[in-house]
Amino acid sequence: MEFGYSKEHVLLRDLYRKFAETEVKPLAEELDEEERFPVESISKLARFGFMGIPFPKEYGGAGGDYLSYSMAVEELGKVCATTSVIVSAHTSLCAGPIYMFGTEEQKQKYLVPLAKGEKLGAFGLTEPSAGTDSSMQQTTAKLDGDEYVLNGTKVFITNAGYAEIYVIIAMTDKAKGNRGISAFIVEKDTPGFSIGKKERKMGIRGSATCDLIMENCRIPKENLLGKEGQGFKIAMQTLDGGRIGIASQALGIAEGAIEECVKYVMERKQFKKKIGQFQNTQFELADMATKVEATKLLIYKAACEKDAHRPYSHLSAMAKYMAGSTASDVTRRCVQLFGGYGYTRDYPMERMMRDAKITEIYEGTSEVQKMVISSWLGLK
Amino acid sequence: MKIVVCIKQVPDTVEVKIDPKTGTLIRDGVPSIINHDDKTGIEAALTLKEKIGGTVTVVSMGPPQADIALREALAMGCDEAYLVSAREFGGSDTYATSGILAAALDKIGYDVIITGRQAIDGDTAQVGPQIAEKLHLPQVSYVEELVDAGADYVTVKRQFEDGYHIVKVKTPCLLTAIAELAEPRYMSVGGVFEAYTKEIKTIGFEELKDGLELDMIGLKGSPTNVYKSFTKEMKGAGTVLNDLTPEQAVEAIVNKLEEKFII
Amino acid sequence: MSKGIFVVIEQRSGKVQNVGLELIGESTRLKEDLKDEVVAVLLGHEIEGQVDKLFHYGADKVILVDSPYLKEYVTEPYTKAITAIAKEYDPEIMLFGASSIGRDVAPRVASRVKTGLVADTTGLRMAKTEEEYAKEAAMGCEDPTRALLMTRPAFGGNIMATLMCPRTKPQMATVRPGVMKRIAKDTTRTGQLIKFNVDFTDADMNVEILEVVKADKKAVDLTEAKLIVSGGRGIGGAQGFDLIRDVADALGAEVGSSRACVDAGWIEKDRQVGQTGKTVRPDLYMACGISGAIQHVAGMENSELVISINKNDTAPIFEVSDLGIVGDVKVILPKLADAIRKYKAAKANN
Repeated sequence: MEFGYSKEHVLLRDLYRKFAETEVKPLAEELDEEERFPVESISKLARFGFMGIPFPKEYGGAGGDYLSYSMAVEELGKVCATTSVIVSAHTSLCAGPIYMFGTEEQKQKYLVPLAKGEKLGAFGLTEPSAGTDSSMQQTTAKLDGDEYVLNGTKVFITNAGYAEIYVIIAMTDKAKGNRGISAFIVEKDTPGFSIGKKERKMGIRGSATCDLIMENCRIPKENLLGKEGQGFKIAMQTLDGGRIGIASQALGIAEGAIEECVKYVMERKQFKKKIGQFQNTQFELADMATKVEATKLLIYKAACEKDAHRPYSHLSAMAKYMAGSTASDVTRRCVQLFGGYGYTRDYPMERMMRDAKITEIYEGTSEVQKMVISSWLGLK
Repeated sequence: MKIVVCIKQVPDTVEVKIDPKTGTLIRDGVPSIINHDDKTGIEAALTLKEKIGGTVTVVSMGPPQADIALREALAMGCDEAYLVSAREFGGSDTYATSGILAAALDKIGYDVIITGRQAIDGDTAQVGPQIAEKLHLPQVSYVEELVDAGADYVTVKRQFEDGYHIVKVKTPCLLTAIAELAEPRYMSVGGVFEAYTKEIKTIGFEELKDGLELDMIGLKGSPTNVYKSFTKEMKGAGTVLNDLTPEQAVEAIVNKLEEKFII
Repeated sequence: MSKGIFVVIEQRSGKVQNVGLELIGESTRLKEDLKDEVVAVLLGHEIEGQVDKLFHYGADKVILVDSPYLKEYVTEPYTKAITAIAKEYDPEIMLFGASSIGRDVAPRVASRVKTGLVADTTGLRMAKTEEEYAKEAAMGCEDPTRALLMTRPAFGGNIMATLMCPRTKPQMATVRPGVMKRIAKDTTRTGQLIKFNVDFTDADMNVEILEVVKADKKAVDLTEAKLIVSGGRGIGGAQGFDLIRDVADALGAEVGSSRACVDAGWIEKDRQVGQTGKTVRPDLYMACGISGAIQHVAGMENSELVISINKNDTAPIFEVSDLGIVGDVKVILPKLADAIRKYKAAKANN
């Protein structure tokens, strides 16, 4: 088993880190405070190839692999969880399924501008009554001549409003249950398609999370992604990849928290000593660093298995479960080491703690991940 | 137009530390970077190429580890890369280095050569002008702006401490770049993958020996030699006053200024 | 035998620059050991009026090259003239100011006469000890008693290196402005003026100067300033420089900065003190909210009086300060500006 990074990954890490430190970190506090979507960052991310990392060059991508994509989400996550999830949702949840299941025409029309970062993407699966139980889709799509007519409401959609291309999951044949679900590509300015209320969130407050409302929204039938009835499979495979993205985001948050914390405990003095010289501080951070490193290996393994086209659903579920709980645990403990200052907005620690929580919830809660893992164990 | 940029891989000095016991520089684990002025030069070259067409070639003299610096340059958008490397070249001072690089540039070919003004480890600012001298080229150093360019000339803004010149120079020529000239772009993700599909051509001693003053290269041939290196002595500490009220602090400062006849 | 300590004098708009006088001053000190003459080399157009000044500050001889080709600084005519002088007189030592002119022309001259050049030196002395003689001789130096040891900062000021140029002549260095001291002006001093002719041709003007702009400088160059109040990251932002300017105004001082503030865009680059900025040696250097990274200290440690204010009592700036105040610059500075103004007003009334 190989633990070293390839040369590309070494150079990419350097690029990601510099870009994150210089372009992303300075905005993080403001985006959180003002709940502002970082429109200006998207064009910069696009210019340097961050919006289509794991897709081939002929489709406008960077020609990279999933590992290099996951490292990008991680490095962005270290400094700004908001920016990190924008890239993750765009890449894994929108460009990803079009690359995996799209026709050549769909790839040329939609994947190319997505991968180049000219257009932002989003994914609509969750509904008010179909969260963890995503098979309970209420949104319907009916074929009417050359068009599908979509009706229904999606909730908690990341990048909503700013995205121009949406992959939407809808029921084409209710009688068939999961096998009656299909996936579609919907453009933002399609009549009947609108953006609903924006959520006010605990963390990742700069990321746009809104309802999508479809009222007799007519799209050409060529915009069916895959075949009719393949939608549930498409959604699940999309989430397998997406979970590596979210795990990487969570990993980044935890790493960023540790970096900030190490810096702080070497500055802050109590009882005439730097608090980093107390064994409690040292052991806390040693414990956190160990968990983070184990998490990283699991995530990278999941990414490498995906790159090698081997089964990886269980690994991405494990990675996301572990990374989410690690991020929450590490940020909480870092706030504790910061003490009162950690609870204030003068330091980024409280923001990181708020941001971390969502990684245990979205793209499948930790409980969903445990369902996937136990089912892989044969427990049904 | 064939634009050639000379770059140097240097330790990231912000992170350089002194071993408190031996007083020597700890270079282990210190990351290496492309020297900042040189990176500015790369950006200027890429901008020049975008403006008037041509190719950007990047050249570095150094050990094989300089490979990553050249890859980074390729990932920023340079077209081809050369590594000038040989045991015989080690320990060269600026005179020797410029002789070797000039011989390499002679082989590679050029219309415009861009170097950074100076490297952050040596801070000499001599290699650029000395390459120009060896190649009998006009030079403009301290370039802070690219004003205009055409098929056979470039016009630049040359910085002085008390103003600037706008200088037009016919190609072939050499320019040295300062930080004000350009903000270096990032590598692109796609560029990184492309960089590793390209070959970095190595130029060694054998390829260059006919074009070199053989007694003027390497540690032995360099006209200047290091007599010794030492850690800088810090000025002795004076009084540090803690726990003063702002008023007491102000009084202490004013008293000191008065004592030293500043006010 | 090579002889003479040659100083290439920098002039701008026909005026001799300080660094040239500093180098003459330093050369008179080297002369005590070398027992040789100090020769100032002055190049320009219609600049003979500046010659006496060079004698007044210690030159024994002045070599003057006066030509319209030297009106504005252009690399090739200057290189050609200095090289011709070096070849004609075979100097033992040749010094240049480490300015944007000196550092442009000196490398070309060194390369053309095939000798070494040490950049941006801050210390010069003749070899004196047996150990130094032995090392010079071992490296091929024929007369180690005439060997120059040149000291300069390297690796961002973390390390000082002393270099030698044992086998080739002249022993050449560029010297950082503001470091060496000129000697007291003596208007009775005089010396020998040599007018040196160089055959310039139009081909020497190998670049075309389209425009010459002298910057409209409102502020005094930091290297010339007597008093400097400098701000660092601890002042909190661009608006923190308003406090710095206020104190500077009360004192009649110039404003300086650490690199962090320049990088953050709080103040212009020409205010930066330190390894990558300017080296200053004012009578007063007041460091406000500057931690004192080694790169900064490299540029201000020769100041006569250093007063620093910093929140952090372990800040390294205190190690090079004559007076250190642990406290908040944002609170102290406004009060200090008031106190200085009051003090001055009271003094004026007495």
